Amino acid sequence: MKNDLLLGAEAIACGAIDAGISGVYAYPGTPSTEITEFIQNSPETKERKIRCSWAANEKTAYEAALGMSYAGKRSIVCMKHVGLNVAADAFMNSAMTGVKGGLVVVVADDPSMHSSQNEQDTRYYARFAMLPLIEPATQQEAYDAVIYALDYSEEIQVPVMIRIVTRLSHSRAVISRRPSREPNDLSLDTQAGKWILLPAIARRRYALLIEKQAVMEAHSANSPFFRKPISQSKKGILAMGISYNYAMEVIVANNLDIAVMKISQYPLPHDIVAEFIEGCDEVLIAEEGYPIYEESIRGFFGNNKIKGRLDGTLPRMGELSPDALAVALGVEYSVKLHTDDWVVGRPPALCVGCGHRDTYAALNEALSIYEDRHVFGDIGCYTLGALPPFGAIKTCVDMGASLTMAKGAAEAGLHPAIGIIGDSTFTHSGMTGLLDAANDKVRMTLIISDNSTTAMTGGQDSAGTNKLVQICNALGVEKEHIRIIIPLPKHHEDNVKILREEIEYNGVSVIIAQRECVQTAARKAKEAARLKSNKE
Amino acid sequence: MKKDIIIAGVGGQGILTIASIIDTAAMLEGLNVKQAEVHGMSQRGGDVQSHLRISSNEIFSDLIPKGKCDLIVAVEPLESLRYIEYLSPEGTIVTAGDFFKNIPNYPEEELIIKKLNSLNAKVVNAAYLAKEAGSSRASNVVILGAMSRFTDIPEQRFIEAIREMFKSKGENIIEMNLKAFAIGVDATK
Repeated sequence: MKNDLLLGAEAIACGAIDAGISGVYAYPGTPSTEITEFIQNSPETKERKIRCSWAANEKTAYEAALGMSYAGKRSIVCMKHVGLNVAADAFMNSAMTGVKGGLVVVVADDPSMHSSQNEQDTRYYARFAMLPLIEPATQQEAYDAVIYALDYSEEIQVPVMIRIVTRLSHSRAVISRRPSREPNDLSLDTQAGKWILLPAIARRRYALLIEKQAVMEAHSANSPFFRKPISQSKKGILAMGISYNYAMEVIVANNLDIAVMKISQYPLPHDIVAEFIEGCDEVLIAEEGYPIYEESIRGFFGNNKIKGRLDGTLPRMGELSPDALAVALGVEYSVKLHTDDWVVGRPPALCVGCGHRDTYAALNEALSIYEDRHVFGDIGCYTLGALPPFGAIKTCVDMGASLTMAKGAAEAGLHPAIGIIGDSTFTHSGMTGLLDAANDKVRMTLIISDNSTTAMTGGQDSAGTNKLVQICNALGVEKEHIRIIIPLPKHHEDNVKILREEIEYNGVSVIIAQRECVQTAARKAKEAARLKSNKE
Repeated sequence: MKKDIIIAGVGGQGILTIASIIDTAAMLEGLNVKQAEVHGMSQRGGDVQSHLRISSNEIFSDLIPKGKCDLIVAVEPLESLRYIEYLSPEGTIVTAGDFFKNIPNYPEEELIIKKLNSLNAKVVNAAYLAKEAGSSRASNVVILGAMSRFTDIPEQRFIEAIREMFKSKGENIIEMNLKAFAIGVDATK
């Protein structure tokens, strides 16, 4: 019973299982993590031996999924929106090679940046790569979309994308499941040349991809997720993805007569959309994310009957809501109660007892004797070191940027030049940068704050656990300058001393601050106690 | 029947557990449910909330419109005031009275109490009552009991849902939570 009330992310996972995937490939990232976790914990996964462990990053995940497709089997690859930037090379070129076994790329966008550094809209990537994209509005549609998309991918022979957003991924509703389909057998793609993107072949593949655009558009027009307008009103809404829910909420609650066309599949079906807009006096384009289709429908010379994010009818940034739609539709709407200014925010903080705290305490003290205190940060729980009481880092840009930015700043003349990165972020995107730094013999220090897990997303396995010293050494950092410290208050003085020694070294040094995440340690202790009491 | 509920608290206080129990109780009653949660960065000791919508009709939006929320349920008094823009003028607040101060600029307790007194709010000494039930960690379930009668879902459904929620944890844990729930129910009678 409980299982039927699923997060949107979990609905995606169920759809993938029921569509007969042989593998899921992913690196954790909010709000996409729960897709892979649900598959990892499903009994079906054990029974059918669905391949499901975490990848080192989104690019390795994507390429492995593509390899599974080459071998004729079905797979999904999941990531958050900025993860697709990491996988973009593989992604763009997979549109050129095409697929054999169904390949579905699930990308979870985070409008309003609840847990992200930007709110980029994945639909641009679909248009960029000229691939179909499904944008479900409900948890049930999310489930159905995966099954549909895997069939479609095999039929049209390209990867098919699914875009979900935070509010769908992290919201629960009941879904009904269909009987499971058998996984594909191993059957290698023997089509000559298809997968070899040498220029002469790539040109043919690109021509074929362009040719397929008309087929994709026809598919969008007949999409099971399309809803044609019921009302004949001259006032219309072109509602895409989850925006449809907000539009319907306002329309039903206020008994409005507005014609709503729901779009959940791209490329945008030109003719039916054009006909709809032509028949209306005014159309609100409701898109969750960037005003990508509003811009193209409005056109370079503008169109006064088109309303949306670009003319201020809807907010230019941030996620939509029933409130935003109510204002846009001119619904009289009054909020009587207001939150007082003194109800101050309660920002997230590093956990009590967290090792990152002791690492930052030691680092701040080590740096106190220097005039320039610039530490380059990275992505993870330890990004919270930017906030009081630590105020320890000056940057947080993208996965791995800590050490490469420290390198560049060192080359510009900064000393001390310090980067701080988590263990999982280091193996995700830091290793190649460290190779650069070692080759260039840059005077810089990298702190790897190693809690042996991917903590921010809930404690997933970290690819480099127990391998960090060997990795750094193999990349060219001298053994004497790979130092391990234990970030605990009792070692504070020693840690400050070691940090200062390595800061003064005229080359690349790495300090690995090693202590298990307090959350995963507590979970393990609880699990051990449970097992013990079960035995007794 | 339609109830829009916001559940608020601090990351780690167990608001997703009570949301999940309410979901199950509503489903056992044959109602539609949608429930939006907060995961990720904000869970690290920050403010968290869940929009929970229950209806006998189709529910479109995962988010509750401002000014339409029937019930704010909070495990911490400051958090009970964070989302009052969403509360309808006829709406109710059920909150624990136990202040949780993990920020340096936590407002004066007096301010919070005065504000709650000006609203239609039930303040429950959840931590004290939870101890009485046998576990100081069951404050959230005391609050669940305290809010239950404002939902139009029969008490029996909640009891079934609590059994379901804690069934893997053994009979002692179930009984303790049922006791915490019952004490909570009495607290707002």
